Amino acid sequence: MADARTLRRESLARWFEAIRAAGRRILAPRARGDTTAFEEVTAPSEVAMDCVQTTLSPKAAVFPRCEELLRYERQGKDLRVTDPPLQPPETVLFGVRPCDAAAMEVLDAVFSADPPDRFFQTRRARTTVIAIACTQADAACFCTSVGLSPGSTLGSDILLTPTDGAGFAADVLTDKGRRIVELCPEAFGPAVAAQERRAVLAQVPVRFELKGLSDRLAALFDREELWVDQSLRCLGCGTCAFVCPVCACFDIQDEGTGRSGARLRCWDSCGFSLFTLHASGHNPRHLQSQRWRQRVMHKFSYAVGRLGRIACVGCGRCSRACPADMNLADHLQALAEAK
Amino acid sequence: MEALRAKARELLESRTVQVVVGHEQGSVPGRPRPVFVRKIEDVDRLVAGEGGTINLAVYLLKPEVQALGRPALVADPAALRTVLQLASENQIRDGALVALALDDGRLTELKDLAAIEAFVAERPAGLPAEDQQRIAEIEAMSREDRWTWWLEQFSRCLKCYACRAACPMCYCPRCVVECNQPQWVPAAAHPRGNLEWHLCRAMHLAGRCVGCGACARACPVGIPLDLLTQVLARQIEADFGVRAGTRAKADYVLASFRTTDKEDFIR
Repeated sequence: MADARTLRRESLARWFEAIRAAGRRILAPRARGDTTAFEEVTAPSEVAMDCVQTTLSPKAAVFPRCEELLRYERQGKDLRVTDPPLQPPETVLFGVRPCDAAAMEVLDAVFSADPPDRFFQTRRARTTVIAIACTQADAACFCTSVGLSPGSTLGSDILLTPTDGAGFAADVLTDKGRRIVELCPEAFGPAVAAQERRAVLAQVPVRFELKGLSDRLAALFDREELWVDQSLRCLGCGTCAFVCPVCACFDIQDEGTGRSGARLRCWDSCGFSLFTLHASGHNPRHLQSQRWRQRVMHKFSYAVGRLGRIACVGCGRCSRACPADMNLADHLQALAEAK
Repeated sequence: MEALRAKARELLESRTVQVVVGHEQGSVPGRPRPVFVRKIEDVDRLVAGEGGTINLAVYLLKPEVQALGRPALVADPAALRTVLQLASENQIRDGALVALALDDGRLTELKDLAAIEAFVAERPAGLPAEDQQRIAEIEAMSREDRWTWWLEQFSRCLKCYACRAACPMCYCPRCVVECNQPQWVPAAAHPRGNLEWHLCRAMHLAGRCVGCGACARACPVGIPLDLLTQVLARQIEADFGVRAGTRAKADYVLASFRTTDKEDFIR
């Protein structure tokens, strides 16, 4: 059962101070020109509180865009392989949207599949997610179409719901969240009535029917003309995958000289033509339409079979960032309605 | 807009072209998106797309779009310059497309490269005042500050390659960053990998960039990377008196020489 409290806006600064004094870094949305991303902040005044959604998702906190997996060094005839230091800082992700918090649960499922990924899990164990419920949404948002909502608690350790200009209703949902609250209990007050906070939540229209979508997509797999039609304008860049809070495909790169080097894990994207290129030269997905189909199928069909859930949280980032305006919700709606 | 739709209808009906590559209303008002009109009943989707993110000429070399047949390209002056530059690099044959030039809302049908050349000659490319000012600000920095400033810009790069995908002049079937035997450029999005990618990109486009700005508009993290190729274009024009995207037949300025060149190192 969630522990319900209130938090006044002016108490945020004190809470931030206490969190930092306890040796934790705070990553929060920060504006930089026209874009926003999760960066380290020291005070609430640095946080871009009013942005509907950050340009980049918070996934880099647990799944960096480039990380060392091992180091190697040749010594005479021997090869010495060592683990790079893995001591990520204790991190509080503040101001995450509920969709992004839910994405953490999908990443958990991906990276705990056999074998569990210790790089991800070490970072994840040291990360506390403080979400802020959405009071505004834009045309790209579609969380309600994928079973979430502007106030969902999935994946959050603490959910803050703005109640009025002065503060938040704070649902403390996990022990991790409780520990962060206990760093500064005096910042919190008693609970408010439930109806007071529902009123402020953003209205996000449902764009397509999720029930049965997975099977429906599987049935459309061979309808080449649909996929070609949808993807003609796709340029084949990796923006959608890289801004996505859920996409977790990676590429392994060895970097080094003849004597020593490191093995790196780097973000990858199924939109790239190289993604499935075989050493033989054969590419099972040589057309962009096949790569687009893969993106949709993986998120909404294959993931259901493998993880028991879809791999999309409706944050809308891919649609906002796509230079060619490949709007995911529009395309899914068209697929759901395709004759 | 009506003139554009009427012309598109006429070209499709007469089978002069099989597809009209243009803009339609996108999911965000004021931000039209690419559309590929193949059926007469779809011509009303076309809009005279001011404010599009993409240089539509990028689609001319895409296999999926080429497979649709001969195109009519709804083209702003930057897309027309792109067509000329692609022709000069032997990527487009004369008569391979019909250009529907849109300039200040006026439509002109350009049937061959000579017509495109003449049209472009009357509309010399100029750098927007905003870009000029940004370049002036960057150039006013000390060498060290400028280096630090660009490193900071590149550090945000995700290596999503949207800049490359959006660039009509980046048409290599396999980009140098994807040649991995040996790996010339680090694939990782770490500071060195990002720096090397952006240097490579700028140098490969030196004297070839037509200044459409699509790369910077495509960048999800807002790196003003078009400024690099804009400055290179300006430098090359100052040194050699040529500008990319003005002629359909031209030798690449950095890969050719004349016996009358003022430098004598090669004689």
